[in-house]
Amino acid sequence: MTVYLVRRVLQALLVVLAMSLIVFIGVYAIGDPVEILISPDADQIERERAVQALGLDLPLWQQYAVFLTKALQGDLGRSFVYNEPALKLILQRMPATMELAFGATIIALIIGLPLGLYAGLRPDGRFSRVIMAGSILGFSLPTFWVGLMLIMVFAVYLGWLPSTGRGETGTLLGMHWSFLTWDGLRHMAMPAINLSLFKISLVIRLTRAGVRETMLMDYVKFARAKGLSPARVTFVHVFKNILIPVVTVVGLELGSTIAFSVVTESVFAWPGMGKLIIDSINVLDRPVIVAYLMMIVLMFIAINLIVDLTYSMLDPRVRLESKAT
Amino acid sequence: MSEAIITAKATDKVETPFRRFVFEFAESKVALGALVVFIIIALLAIFAPWITPQNPYDLAELDIMDGRMEPGTVGGAGFTYWLGTDDQGRDMLSGIIYGLRISLTVGAGSALIACLIGASLGLLAAYAGGRTDSVIMRLVDLQLSFPTILAALMILAFLGKGIMNVVIALVLVEWAYYARTVRGTALVERRREYIEAAQCLALPTHRVLFGHLLPNCLPPLIVVGTMQVARAIALEATLSFLGLGVPITEPSLGLLIANGYEYMLSGKYWISFYPGIALLITIVSINLVGDQLRDVLNPRLKK
Repeated sequence: MTVYLVRRVLQALLVVLAMSLIVFIGVYAIGDPVEILISPDADQIERERAVQALGLDLPLWQQYAVFLTKALQGDLGRSFVYNEPALKLILQRMPATMELAFGATIIALIIGLPLGLYAGLRPDGRFSRVIMAGSILGFSLPTFWVGLMLIMVFAVYLGWLPSTGRGETGTLLGMHWSFLTWDGLRHMAMPAINLSLFKISLVIRLTRAGVRETMLMDYVKFARAKGLSPARVTFVHVFKNILIPVVTVVGLELGSTIAFSVVTESVFAWPGMGKLIIDSINVLDRPVIVAYLMMIVLMFIAINLIVDLTYSMLDPRVRLESKAT
Repeated sequence: MSEAIITAKATDKVETPFRRFVFEFAESKVALGALVVFIIIALLAIFAPWITPQNPYDLAELDIMDGRMEPGTVGGAGFTYWLGTDDQGRDMLSGIIYGLRISLTVGAGSALIACLIGASLGLLAAYAGGRTDSVIMRLVDLQLSFPTILAALMILAFLGKGIMNVVIALVLVEWAYYARTVRGTALVERRREYIEAAQCLALPTHRVLFGHLLPNCLPPLIVVGTMQVARAIALEATLSFLGLGVPITEPSLGLLIANGYEYMLSGKYWISFYPGIALLITIVSINLVGDQLRDVLNPRLKK
């Protein structure tokens, strides 16, 4: 186990290093570094001084070493627009994105699990067909357009929900959260639902497939033969077993939910990391872009690592397989 | 199925594989309908300049006085704006048809380039094996572990905005799907006798790869390709909506929707609504066709 753990962590570190190289090359080699790192308002003398101060006259590999050292110290540059450390800006926006992503995941489970269970138990029922057709729609509908339609119906025509911003926030652990206040929850409703649409479809399909497979298992047949009530068979024997893969996939999807919140945040003017990155790309605030990319890459690799390690703890076959290769 | 064969015999023609494929595809009325819808959309896009009442990119033809008109009003130029106009007096119907043109070109174009690159690398990985295989597949794994939107954002953040950069981003995001699909099929196919035969004839590697191996890997590639076109169109629309895609002078569907965003709050729904419907119909019809193709081309589901 320890060997596997060490190997897997080393692998993850290697990927982080590779990604930092890609981001570095993207910023320094493809774009003009002077234009990227120095404010466009600077004059010629300021520029030259900055070029030297930033070490842009050094060979590329040395520059990469400097970039890495600074990144390890948590220094990913200063934003041109806000004139604050880029990392701090992103960390400030993180709670907003996190609560949106978690909210969307919870909604997806609350809606997706029962619907998927129903569709799996009655695969030929009329309502099941409606559910499955709906899930195809959930995969096909462009997220941003659905968001606009939600605003049109619930904010403009019905006037039930506010269309932009986070609303009132409460403080917990020194960070601001919208889900702590009623007003904040009202603001969160539409973006969270919008973000969860794709995920609802996913949960429905996973649950349905899982139920249909599990229903044929011997232990389910045995439970029925024992004379247990259908409700007990469904909710204890079947449901508990399909919950594991569904929760795993949904957990794995958390990373992509955070990435896709870029779109939702832009539609609902939700002040999270995603809105920040789009604004930064639009005004070419590259230190923020680099910081965001590095952060999200780190997060993805961390999620993958945690999932792999948990798997290997739960299922010894995974460990043994990787040892064999 | 049996009906299809009877009809085939009744018309007194030989049952070729292609004919069988067409009959099997037509078994699903939904898929057939979707195909018809898609063909209509494609024709609209191709013949846009001859169909639309207005060239939405020609500023001289736009009349700012006709801005934000409701669907069905008659404009200054004498024709009816069936789907209303946007803030610059652009006829939405014309705008949508021209927008479809851009969306389809970008979507299909990038899918095609990604397919060429991805399929070649996938074939190479399967055929060469060993270190080449593991390097290519590591790259594929890395690419697939990041969500498409993130990878596309990353690339656009490096390269800047613009339609060519969107195509590059889409290609770089999508090639991995093709590579994985082709490698999977090719690994099975390369052990067949006909490949051995081709090798025994001392054919050059490129002929074995592209002349013998590739044609037999086509069915899954076609299915993935169809789905990827839909994904590319959706992704392009999303990127354009975020303001990272096509230029404002020649809006694609995504940008048309974005333009209508601010007017939506004042109840002028049509500027965003109709381009979205057009986008939705396009994506759904392609997905439905792809779904049916998967069923027809999958040998495991053959009766």
